[in-house]
Amino acid sequence: MRLYEFESKKILSSYSIPVPKGRVVTSSQEARIFAQEIGGPIALKAQVLATGRGKMGGVRFAESPQEAEQVAQEMLKAEIQGYAVKSLLVEERLDIERELYVGCTYDDVKKTPLIICSSLGGVDINEVSRKHPEKIHKSSISSFMGLQPYKAWELVQNLDLPAKLPWAAQAILLKLWGFFSQFDAILAEINPLVLTSRGELAALDAHIEIEDDALFRQKERLGRFQIEEREDKARPPTPFEIEAAQIDKADYRGVAGRVIQFDGNLGLLIGAGGGSLTTFDAILRYGGKPANYCEVGGNAPVSKICKLAKLVLSKPGVEGIAVITNVYSNSRVDFVARGLIKAMVELGMDLKSYPVLFRSAGAFEEEGYAILRKYGIRYYDRSVSMDEAAGLAVEMIKKGS
Amino acid sequence: MGMFVNLKVNERLCEARETGCQKCIDMCPVDAFRLESGKIVTIFDNEDECTFCNMCVQECPKAAVKVVKLY
Repeated sequence: MRLYEFESKKILSSYSIPVPKGRVVTSSQEARIFAQEIGGPIALKAQVLATGRGKMGGVRFAESPQEAEQVAQEMLKAEIQGYAVKSLLVEERLDIERELYVGCTYDDVKKTPLIICSSLGGVDINEVSRKHPEKIHKSSISSFMGLQPYKAWELVQNLDLPAKLPWAAQAILLKLWGFFSQFDAILAEINPLVLTSRGELAALDAHIEIEDDALFRQKERLGRFQIEEREDKARPPTPFEIEAAQIDKADYRGVAGRVIQFDGNLGLLIGAGGGSLTTFDAILRYGGKPANYCEVGGNAPVSKICKLAKLVLSKPGVEGIAVITNVYSNSRVDFVARGLIKAMVELGMDLKSYPVLFRSAGAFEEEGYAILRKYGIRYYDRSVSMDEAAGLAVEMIKKGS
Repeated sequence: MGMFVNLKVNERLCEARETGCQKCIDMCPVDAFRLESGKIVTIFDNEDECTFCNMCVQECPKAAVKVVKLY
């Protein structure tokens, strides 16, 4: 669960990490009143769960309370990356000298917590990591020992801070680690951590994500900051997604769901987890327009796959369907094939002319291919990579057969 | 009859009526069989779920069950 900026800052300030003085407002009048209280230049930040909102008009500045009111009014009507702006964080505007970056996350390869520091922070941190990898300093942390002060000290040396400030930075890093480990966070980054012209450090923005599976034991802690468990979704689920979720829920066996609706013309039955994401990306790269994202795996029964396939096939605008999966070890290829064919037959489709692409391999693949051969459906085995299959699917839709 | 699998129960051999045997019902992991007025019948929708585990064939004391692939 990703936290909003104001929630993150509330928690960070409880850990004595300095943050700019600010308040969340939901109306332009409140923004004006708080701007008056601050009595100086202010920053208005849209509270949305989008990354890079600064470049999309999600952060604006005002010199006077009147201007703040006007800006707030405009911002509260806006939409950023599909998220409606419902609240703003009004903050005192700091005089920034330099932007730094500190963050805690997990190293997927080493399977350990990871601390990252950089003397170049800000919105372009991803670019910095590409162009100046030497400016990014990483250190794996033992889960048992935690972040030791000496390690934090070593790391903050990389921030090129003027005298005395490394002590402050070390304290911030240790507190950030304290938060990270106590709250079961999977990401806690302060970007940017700014050095103000007054020679102080402050967390100007923070991005915190809490592990969803740990939320049950973090309820009380988060409750202290009035943060409730929620699903991070930009929009409410569509009827299509609700129906798919019901199909998945109705039978406990396997997964044939986690559907996200898109506006394209290529229906997808893809599986599972990382494999489906990779396939989805590949389809986009080849210029395809997926009609949906979904995951099929865990040995879902034929009936479940059939219902999902029917749902995807009957979605308006779908002109073809692609079943692309990795080498299945936890599902049976023949079940997927049966489900797909059953759906098409029950919908009264012409199996020979309707654009279908089937690329799957793994358990019971020969059985699956035998079924597909019988019904005249084009299929590919493991000799065709998922990436190639994605390209073929896009081509198939373009040709219309 | 399912689209992909046909499960056949030979009524002449099946002794469900006489002894109340329901071994195929008990064994089938996908519930493809059920009892209907003392007779073992198959559930068409679930026939397509058949995993070819052959438990019904192996357990039937009278060898009354047959699993037929339709592809």
